Amino acid sequence: MAMSIVHRVTGIALYFGTILLAWWLMAVASGPGAYAIFSGFIGSWIGRLIVFGYTWALMHHLLSGIRHFVWDLGYGFGPSEREGLTWAALIGGIVLTVLLWVLAYAFGGGR
Amino acid sequence: MSDATRSNSSIRTALKRVRGLGASGSHATSDFWWQRVTAVGMLLLTVPVIVIVMMLLGRNQAGAGQILGTPVIALIMLLFVVASSWHMKIGMQVVIEDYIHGEKVKLVAILANNFFALAVALASAYAIFKLSSGV
Repeated sequence: MAMSIVHRVTGIALYFGTILLAWWLMAVASGPGAYAIFSGFIGSWIGRLIVFGYTWALMHHLLSGIRHFVWDLGYGFGPSEREGLTWAALIGGIVLTVLLWVLAYAFGGGR
Repeated sequence: MSDATRSNSSIRTALKRVRGLGASGSHATSDFWWQRVTAVGMLLLTVPVIVIVMMLLGRNQAGAGQILGTPVIALIMLLFVVASSWHMKIGMQVVIEDYIHGEKVKLVAILANNFFALAVALASAYAIFKLSSGV
């Protein structure tokens, strides 16, 4: 039951996180100066922390959203199934987040 | 005269009185439906968008702009921007309706939600179009 509110809270976090997405795209479109300001913020420890949190929120919301699809289709309502889906979203979200950041450093770190 | 007697004396039939009050045949389930359509859309776009972000990491502005301006990549990003801003607009409206009960505050919050979602969508789409046209 508590996990339902996590789906909602991550959704709200992602809602405001789209400011970063729009800022990023606008910075690229605006030119080197605007992009330098954006990169400076994202590259700082607070910027990285926000993007790390954003990655987790996105991955968790995605997986617990799939859980809602399973329910929409009429499956997974048993007590153990509910618990299983919830833990899968919780653990899967953390695993995917760490995996993406490892990939990000592997691919982007060299550039 | 009791309610029952009054309704019995009406020349309108029971069917006439209930028709149009349910969800089917109206737009009442529209948000529910589109919340799921946009969710499926974003699920399909997840892997392509992650690949695009990985391609852009560590690039300078010119390099990032060139990649984002490529037609297929621009299209994927546009679809993602449209789906996500629409999805979050519906989601936030549900949150507002669940927690804000004052009619005026609720109205202002819903207006702000619409403006925010539209501003994010248009800013992102404008940037993608600008990069695509190579201006």
